[in-house]
Amino acid sequence: MNQRPEPAPRGFAMPRPGTVQPAPDCANGAEPAPLPADATVDLGSQEQALRISALLGRLDAEFIGLAPVKDRVREIAALLLVDRLRQGYGLAGSRPSLHMSFTGSPGTGKTTLATHMGELLRELGYLRTGQLVSVTRDDLVGQYVGHTAPKTKEVLKRAMGGVLLIDEAYYLYRPENERDYGQEAIEILLQVMEAHRGDLVVILAGYADRMEVFFRSNPGMASRIAHHIDFPDFTRGELLQIADTMLEREEYRMSPEAREAFAEYVSLRMAQPRFANARSIRNAIDRLRLRQARRLVAAGGVVARDDLMEISAADVRASRVFLAGVAGSGLTERGLAPHIPAG
Amino acid sequence: MRITQGTFSYLPDLTDGEISAQLGYALGRGWAVAVEFTDDPHPRNVLWEMWGLPMFGLADPEGAMQEVLACRAQYPGHYVRVSAYDASLGRQTTALSFIAGRPAAEPGFRLDRQETTDRRLRYSLHPYAADRPREERYAENSEQNGTQGG
Repeated sequence: MNQRPEPAPRGFAMPRPGTVQPAPDCANGAEPAPLPADATVDLGSQEQALRISALLGRLDAEFIGLAPVKDRVREIAALLLVDRLRQGYGLAGSRPSLHMSFTGSPGTGKTTLATHMGELLRELGYLRTGQLVSVTRDDLVGQYVGHTAPKTKEVLKRAMGGVLLIDEAYYLYRPENERDYGQEAIEILLQVMEAHRGDLVVILAGYADRMEVFFRSNPGMASRIAHHIDFPDFTRGELLQIADTMLEREEYRMSPEAREAFAEYVSLRMAQPRFANARSIRNAIDRLRLRQARRLVAAGGVVARDDLMEISAADVRASRVFLAGVAGSGLTERGLAPHIPAG
Repeated sequence: MRITQGTFSYLPDLTDGEISAQLGYALGRGWAVAVEFTDDPHPRNVLWEMWGLPMFGLADPEGAMQEVLACRAQYPGHYVRVSAYDASLGRQTTALSFIAGRPAAEPGFRLDRQETTDRRLRYSLHPYAADRPREERYAENSEQNGTQGG
């Protein structure tokens, strides 16, 4: 572990305290000599560049849509690569600040991307460990005077070297209660975000409108976050693609008619209130599985592997969304309170 | 007299970078690290004061290193020790323990001889620093302390 330079031979003498020069900081390692100014580097052949493109390819495959988000990740990856190359020439380079805020409607993948961000940044060589520490207000803010600071510091210590994801960050700040300890947590956060910028990445995630209010009342926080990334709503095509990948992961499949019916379902559901993008799709798929199971059990008899995997058009069409769409007042006719999310 | 104890007692004092690397090693093995300090470094005084709680669930040495530095700054003229606890079944003991900070000048120990019945002798080690009250034991060199780690 401790790679010291070999001291001059001294026979069998015991090392004398204080006489041995301290070894150079082995954590940072010795920098190789800078490249000459007229040297050129082939970007495409860089090992890191290859890794980055593989990484971004995976990001593209795993996340459907989210073009602005991917663009930003691409930029960050490119910056980190260029920084590395600049270092090779001995050019000045400071570690970029990568604190981020993810805003967007419910179900647009903010939290999901944040959980991938740590790994991503570790593979890009920005973070050392890349672990994700996901916290909410409860984990940061204490209940009585003097409780908040140790709690917040404890969380920050655990997040060092990785990503600290503060989900629904706006709950940290409660303007209606001026003795709220959330402000204390925010101040400690700000301080660490500034002082340990290279050691951890703070990601604040939350719904756009509330984050806006949060940032307006905490301008220090807004300005310390370099990347404000807005997650757009998914289009209908993207939602269908998401449904496909979800079904694939669960090892289900839809018949062509069922797929058609599901596309119709998505259009109807999107028009309804409280539509939560991918989350609604996931819930819809969960209900499809329920209906498929009920159908199979009710039918009885012999089932094959394909029957267990297949979701039929009838399963999709049984959704209440279609009732509401056709009958207009389908929800109330069936005696359901209107506040129950349509499914 | 330079006091040595713990895992790297035979080495010169670790630099901050080396301490950080050791913390990283301990965390990598899944050990919980703790920072302790004392101004009574008698070899039989094994229970030093804890600097905060043991740090469970850390992934990166930076967080623990900050605690070492904070402890050194808060208690100049004290010995600071890092210990790593291996909680795995069958071990459940301190896996690593080393001195991570010491006063700039250490007056050392004297050997006390006590004559008891039948001309028997008892010996004890007495730290010179312990003649002074707590918190002042290594106080005269406190302003130079904490620089050893470079």
